[in-house]
Amino acid sequence: MVNPVSDQLRIADREFGSRLIMGTGGAANLDVLQRALVASGTELTTVAMRRVSAGATAGVLDLLRRLDISVLPNTAGSRTAAQAVLTAQLAREALGTAWIKLEVVADERTLMPDAIELVDAARRLVDDGFVVLAYTNDDPVLAARLADLGVAAVMPLGSPIGTGLGITNAHNIEMIVAGVTVPVILDAGIGTASDAALAMELGCDGVLLASAVTRAADPPRMAAAMARAVQAGWLAAGAGRIPKRFWAHASSPEADVTATAGKCWPPI
Amino acid sequence: MNITINGEVAAFPGDPSVADVVGHLGLSDGGIAVAVDGAVVPRGCWSTRLIDGAVVEVVTAVQGG
Repeated sequence: MVNPVSDQLRIADREFGSRLIMGTGGAANLDVLQRALVASGTELTTVAMRRVSAGATAGVLDLLRRLDISVLPNTAGSRTAAQAVLTAQLAREALGTAWIKLEVVADERTLMPDAIELVDAARRLVDDGFVVLAYTNDDPVLAARLADLGVAAVMPLGSPIGTGLGITNAHNIEMIVAGVTVPVILDAGIGTASDAALAMELGCDGVLLASAVTRAADPPRMAAAMARAVQAGWLAAGAGRIPKRFWAHASSPEADVTATAGKCWPPI
Repeated sequence: MNITINGEVAAFPGDPSVADVVGHLGLSDGGIAVAVDGAVVPRGCWSTRLIDGAVVEVVTAVQGG
């Protein structure tokens, strides 16, 4: 969709001052994660749902609560719609939120969304009153189908999770942006700041990333870079860029150029 | 009776409830959800007694995503 005039990222009935959504996976420890989250300026961050180990403490939840960051549970690890739906229901019960990042992957090697299970899960969760942010591939048709089902946002990948390959099919991302009216959040494959800026320049409403920050050598510094990149890309997207031209187009005036007296320089 | 908790079979004497199982895991309160035989059991229903052979999943939020 076209970037709204408002500065705020609007998803469902909520508004966020930051267009950067963070993930918590891959961080070496909670301390570096905390510093990265603070540097990112994020207001919404994902967590996964897993079996509890005996005597476990709620580390990541406590951290997000202390930082006043809204928690977005995801269904990562789910391979089937049934698994994803149960995981979402458990998350809603555990965390008291109806928001869910729906992620249903086909295999461990590609971590690509399983479109068939994804659509099935999305339909069931939307019907059950969830606010579904659907992680999807870069197929504009699938994105449109998910939007038609009633998801609150579509989240196309730039490239597979954790690859850092950036946006491998920019044109498809642009088609997705043009084809749905729900927010489009570029999610997965971001490697460095310029990838995040590009996502916004392509018209995305926001970016979700984890590995690019958590697995960087200096996560807080990369998080700071990403915050600026998302802002820069969003500003540029709304600034009306110049068209790409084949031939040069002088930026200095052509008239009234100082004349020279031939080749006699310096004067004798 | 035998209850499967997070993939491991455990023997429980008497008539355990969902709350008993959660307590057995020594978990801090909050941020936890339970499913029994594939269905979520809300916290308000944790006094529900389990039947022999029940499969229980106890989950929480962790780093990820």
